[in-house]
Amino acid sequence: MNFWKDPIQVTADWLMSLFTGWGMAEGLANVLISLLGIVILVTIMLVIDILLVWIERKVVARFQDRLGPNRVGPFGLIQPFADIIKLFIKENITPVGVDKVVYNLAPVLSVFSVLILWAIIPLAPVIIGVDLNVGLLYLVAAGAIGTLSIIMAGWSSNNKFALLGAFRQVAAMISYEIPMVVALLIPTVLAGTMGMLGISEAQQGMWYVFLSPLGALIFLISAVAELGRAPFDLSEGESEVVAGFHIEYSGMKFGWFYAGELLHAFTFGGFWGILFFGGYHFFGLENWGPLVAAAIVLFKALLGYWVIMWIKYTLMRIRIDHMLAFNWKFLVPLSLVVLMVTALLNTLLRGASVWILFLSMFLANALIAWITIEILRGRSRIAREKVEGSAQPVVESAHH
Amino acid sequence: MTILFLITAVVILASAVMVVTSRNLVHAALWLVSALFGVAVLYALLNAGFLAVVQVVIYIGAIAILFIFAVMLTRREMRDTGPGLNKNWWVSALTSILTFGGLAFLLSSWSGFSQTPAAIPSGFDAVSALGDALISPDAFVLPFEVASVLLVAALVGAVYIAFNPRAGDSPRAGDSPRAGDSPRAGDSRK
Repeated sequence: MNFWKDPIQVTADWLMSLFTGWGMAEGLANVLISLLGIVILVTIMLVIDILLVWIERKVVARFQDRLGPNRVGPFGLIQPFADIIKLFIKENITPVGVDKVVYNLAPVLSVFSVLILWAIIPLAPVIIGVDLNVGLLYLVAAGAIGTLSIIMAGWSSNNKFALLGAFRQVAAMISYEIPMVVALLIPTVLAGTMGMLGISEAQQGMWYVFLSPLGALIFLISAVAELGRAPFDLSEGESEVVAGFHIEYSGMKFGWFYAGELLHAFTFGGFWGILFFGGYHFFGLENWGPLVAAAIVLFKALLGYWVIMWIKYTLMRIRIDHMLAFNWKFLVPLSLVVLMVTALLNTLLRGASVWILFLSMFLANALIAWITIEILRGRSRIAREKVEGSAQPVVESAHH
Repeated sequence: MTILFLITAVVILASAVMVVTSRNLVHAALWLVSALFGVAVLYALLNAGFLAVVQVVIYIGAIAILFIFAVMLTRREMRDTGPGLNKNWWVSALTSILTFGGLAFLLSSWSGFSQTPAAIPSGFDAVSALGDALISPDAFVLPFEVASVLLVAALVGAVYIAFNPRAGDSPRAGDSPRAGDSPRAGDSRK
């Protein structure tokens, strides 16, 4: 077997022969090799995470018409390492009255909930941690652990601001989980499987973003809300709840939350790329080898991450009642309608050619978008008339 | 496998004991999360991937978070005082021992108790088998639909309790984009 055709299997076989050559039992060697694989994957992800700090700072600088870090190393590339050294040598302050175990466990769980997501990401047909047949539900379950870490951080800090920030963030995460799950069902319906590898494979002919642009959009919006990034970064607010749930964390404990957030954004960019933008498919380029395919997936993840940053640094923060109303009164019904139409068309057009499927799906999505915009227009017209009509009596009563 | 099962079992039992003995209510809820996570690991060990993931999504993602919310919002003191046992403790101890003994006796008389499970054939998709069973008329479609109706009824009931008709002018006004601040607007108009 060629190394370039299946690098993971070849390496594992080589290690296996090496370990058994030392007289190790086969079962133990298997466990060791799996453990080694996990450690290597996690290490690679954390190293990418360090570079994400640099990317984030560079991109936000460009959005704000600045240069960004440019002093330490070429293009400021050494800057994140300087940042990390700073975080490490900072004093680790534990405030009075915190719940020590929970307080220290929260940042670990926060990063953990992101890192376990990489177990199911197919970087190439042969580079995947485990091809779970419930892959998308696993994504939701990992999000549940992230929610738990936030509420643990907020409660254990013994700080009202932290608790309020955690409440807001958790309220957002729980409510936006619903449109996210419904949006995740769209690739499931189209591919006929919840496994990530199956979904990637099924997009060989046609990326799902063309079949369901609204689904891709809903997934992106709910992913941004799940991340707690702008415009949904309600746990922050300098004049009300300061920095939210991680206000009492200093040094590397804060660093873990920050690293977790960046890696989470990158990971959701990756999921966006895999679920709606073809995964490792890119005009036949993936046939050059698994390493090229992995590079394609990482490139798409970076692109998705860039879109999330674009949203973050362009839009302003919205109010919490607007945010919840947007979710429950707009996103949830819309996602359910899109899911039903997609499932219906997919069943009706079973066996039809991919271009007919594309045309009808795309037209159906455009129709839904047009009807939605018309309904919103009508609603806002009614609301505007109400405000303009009732403005007079309110002013009068204020005069009394 | 056996080692993993033993570790998981010890973790579940220890967490369960901590749930009922912990004085701090939030700690009790977090120990409950640990116990529920252990049960998810058990499901995964039994090759029931779907159940394992659903256990995490529903019990940890929804129910445990709701517990923690409810505890935080209802109690000023998060610490329980007073003795943990009352004078009827021996009745409950007896009941639990009898229940456990009865279950163990019933299971030990079952023929499959000491058999090792047959290997699952490769290519067997448990999730699609479960999905087929849930919607096939000669399997579980009726209980499945009854459960759905029950959940919808619970949802409608929750909305009815939470919906305050005096806050807005009418349900239609409650849907409008200005509804977010309607309670305050309503107060100012009165």
